[in-house]
Amino acid sequence: MLYIYMLGYDVDFGHMEAVSLISAPKYPEKQVGYIVTSCLLNENHDFLRLAINTVRNDIIGRNETFQCLALTLVGNIGGREFAESLAPDVQKLLLSSSCRPLVRKKAALCLLRLFRKNPDVVNVDGWADRMTQLLDERDLGVLTSSMSLLVALVSNNHEAYWTCLPKCVKILERLARNQDVPQEYTYYGIPSPWLQVKTMRALQYFPTIEDPNTRRTLFEVLQWILMGTDVVKNVNKNNASHAVLFEALALVMHLDAEKEMMSQCVALLGKFIAVREPNIRYLGLENMTRMLIVADVQESIKRHQAQIITSLKDPDISICRRALDLLYGMCDITNAKDIVEELLQYLNSADFTMREELSLKAAILAEKFAPDLSWYVDVILQLIEKAGDFISDDIWFRVVQFVTNNDDLQPYAAAKAKEYLDKPAVDEKMVKVCAYILGEYSHLLARRPGCSPKEIFSIIHEKLPSVSTTTIPLLLSAYAKILMHTQPPDQVLQNQIWTIFTKYESCIDAEIQQRAVEYFALSRKGAAVMDILAEMPKFPERQSSLIKKAEDAEADTAEQSALKLRAQQQPSNALVVTDQHPSNGEPPPVFVGQLSVVKAPNMNNTEDHYSTEQVLSQENGNLSQVDQQPPSADPLSDLLGPLAIEGPPGATVQYENSAVSGLESGPDVVDGSAIVPVEVGTNTIQPIGNIAVRFHALCLKDSGVLYEDPYIQIGIKAEWRAHQGRLVLFLGNKNTSPLVSVQALILPPAHLKMELSLVPDTIPPRAQVQCPLEVVNLRPSRDVAVLDFSYKFGTHMVNIKLRLPAVLNKFLQPLPVSAEEFFPQWRSLSGPPLKLQEVVRGVRPMALPEMGNLLHSYRIAISPGLDPNPNNLVASTTFYSENTRAIVCLVGNMF
Amino acid sequence: QGQTRLAQYYEWLTLEERRALEGEIVRKCLARNEQQCSFVEHRNYKIVYRRYASLFFLVGVDNDENELAILEFIHLLVETMDRHFGNVCELDIMFHIEKAHFMLEEMVMNGSIVETSKANILSPIQLMDKA
Repeated sequence: MLYIYMLGYDVDFGHMEAVSLISAPKYPEKQVGYIVTSCLLNENHDFLRLAINTVRNDIIGRNETFQCLALTLVGNIGGREFAESLAPDVQKLLLSSSCRPLVRKKAALCLLRLFRKNPDVVNVDGWADRMTQLLDERDLGVLTSSMSLLVALVSNNHEAYWTCLPKCVKILERLARNQDVPQEYTYYGIPSPWLQVKTMRALQYFPTIEDPNTRRTLFEVLQWILMGTDVVKNVNKNNASHAVLFEALALVMHLDAEKEMMSQCVALLGKFIAVREPNIRYLGLENMTRMLIVADVQESIKRHQAQIITSLKDPDISICRRALDLLYGMCDITNAKDIVEELLQYLNSADFTMREELSLKAAILAEKFAPDLSWYVDVILQLIEKAGDFISDDIWFRVVQFVTNNDDLQPYAAAKAKEYLDKPAVDEKMVKVCAYILGEYSHLLARRPGCSPKEIFSIIHEKLPSVSTTTIPLLLSAYAKILMHTQPPDQVLQNQIWTIFTKYESCIDAEIQQRAVEYFALSRKGAAVMDILAEMPKFPERQSSLIKKAEDAEADTAEQSALKLRAQQQPSNALVVTDQHPSNGEPPPVFVGQLSVVKAPNMNNTEDHYSTEQVLSQENGNLSQVDQQPPSADPLSDLLGPLAIEGPPGATVQYENSAVSGLESGPDVVDGSAIVPVEVGTNTIQPIGNIAVRFHALCLKDSGVLYEDPYIQIGIKAEWRAHQGRLVLFLGNKNTSPLVSVQALILPPAHLKMELSLVPDTIPPRAQVQCPLEVVNLRPSRDVAVLDFSYKFGTHMVNIKLRLPAVLNKFLQPLPVSAEEFFPQWRSLSGPPLKLQEVVRGVRPMALPEMGNLLHSYRIAISPGLDPNPNNLVASTTFYSENTRAIVCLVGNMF
Repeated sequence: QGQTRLAQYYEWLTLEERRALEGEIVRKCLARNEQQCSFVEHRNYKIVYRRYASLFFLVGVDNDENELAILEFIHLLVETMDRHFGNVCELDIMFHIEKAHFMLEEMVMNGSIVETSKANILSPIQLMDKA
């Protein structure tokens, strides 16, 4: 039956049979019963309840073999119920002197299982003495399993068990010197290597050893192990002794031994990574990586750099990975150039599965230790050239970000980009980066030979036939920008570009089509744009300053201002999103990623469409305002904030919107904004679950998990009252070792005031810390706050940027209205900017109740039965912020 | 050819997960040759494997386990089986799967090593043979 099961078939039918076999009186039957049960069932299975009693009888019974069987079962699958009913019995067995070692070792592990599963049920207070007593045991079998138990106990709470420490050292000494070890337990002449390993592992859980005597003895033993291990012919013996040796190395590192011993270790490891035996080389590399944590050995490790690079080229992927990790860890400013170049070179020949990781690491190192930024740009461009397919979008977004933020870098980058595009076969990613950079900055090159707009255009255009649909929009943007930057307009170029736009106007891909249409319309208005430029002297200046700020790719202000003059109804994904930047007035603290979001027209989630539509409608509203009061004094002020809310402080502004109110789109607009958190390079640890999804969920709820990875979980709980909010961050360490260098930094947008209380530097194992965070909303804005969070686990430095769900709709408060109040108000509003109307198309149809729920979770109150037409939805809410106080918003939805 | 002959889990996985996991691991290991090292990283785990003729022994361990010790533990298991069956082969394990399970059970419990002395491991099994 087991065989059937193992092959992957379900064997429900036999479970009952197996459980009943347990209670059989004969040994073979019982044994079969136990084994089958422990293999087939898990701790939550119903049948197990039937067996508890039998198992208990066996445990307290006299028959040793039965006791063993029962303990094994509990040890393998025992759950909470077992823990509750059996723990005291098992503890008694473990300590009773009348039992044979056979039983006691099983009892130890059984207890371990129960303890690990339900630490609350099993009472371990006062166990230190008993453990000490246990460790005096002569029988190595019992010792082995007690040691496992000890490891678990100590890792949980090392202070209580310090009395066990000298015992461990003693055991280790006894084993290492091979004193009094029965023949049965020696393995190829080595006294129980497993117990030695376990003991040293247990010792590593103690922070330090204070008692000088114990410390000295331990070091003597370790020294003995380090020196006494030679490479021998017999594979098994060799492996076993090296197992002990590596563990000893780990312990030495942990104990922060004297310099002499450390360098001895490094020398040993250096020898290991040079040997032919792959296992040992692998472990040598791995341990060297661990060793990097100990600060003062870095220099000596660097001496082995050449050897490590040889290992990097090993055909074995496991070894490569280790070597890569090690190189990554040992990289600093002095050797970064060499290492990164080495990595780039290796990229040509690397295994396909490695390339992504490799390029990511190279990119991170290049960024971290770049002596100058032009070198960084070089490296990344090379990287893209060599392994374009394996490079995640983040990497090139990052370059673009750097280039945009550094004025002096721009001409260089543009020149480089042109150079790369000139090559015959270019990877698609390369086309993207280069087209982007050239689109933005090619005008900086205009004076150089061969860099006239026309030539640049033709270089980019050459690539157009060969790229996929995702890249075409980028190219179109680049064209539009080249056209914009060409002053005075070049008629030939203009016609060429217009032809292209017209051609793509009928493209099947919605994104491309849309852009083509828009850019075409925009550039045709060229003259009008010029007029405006002439009339408003401040405009050009603002344009240029905003280009820098708008780190975003899609459209710059010139296009945007033209957009305002443009006919309204076209739904626009690409252009609209950028208006976040000007309305901010400040460069967002982080960026990247946005391109991917922006370019994803197939993100067919309803809200997303709403939001973009929404922004558009606001922009349209914006337009009318601009019309009413032409050049405003502060060029930014007319763009500041969603204008519908831009009423005088205290005034009650009401506006309607036939689709969804601008406010409720808050969390979604955010999606398109530049503040999308960035998984920039520094992250090597994969988060669990989708961060964006979690964030979206949290925009609608007040508590939940914001982020999770294998080491940490960040939960959030929030309370909101009017314009104030209080968030509590729950930082939970999921591991058995502490997380160190924990840092949390809030990067609030201009409209929010945020105060984070002190975050502890260390999070103890399996503990959770709470950090309250106060939020005050100053004025309406669609930006989000970002939490820059970093911690260190082992050698990994993890840095994550998370959006905090302190978005616009959190400052709303549902406000029920009656029909008498609603309609007069509604009618008294006349047209934009106070009243906005927007028709949403291309949205997934939504049932009315679903819509209602959505509004509700945005904190907008539905007023049922207010409108005689049941298909209309009327809702209202109050918006709070410090500067504007309460603003009432009314929403009507018609279908 | 990638058939599982014996499997023991110390963490509960559903049948489908098990099948998928075994498939992935086996494919990874079969692709490797003699000169490569015996450790493969898979998801969050490390696979330590050892090859005896056509038979692979695979052990999945987490990151803080001594790899070489596990490697030798596999050998100890094989030696123990050897002592019991006398030059163990694939067929022995196939047809006496319950015995193989008993041995494993004696040696490993809930993922920790219990017993490394061959005599002690085999005594209950001999007891059963007698019965």
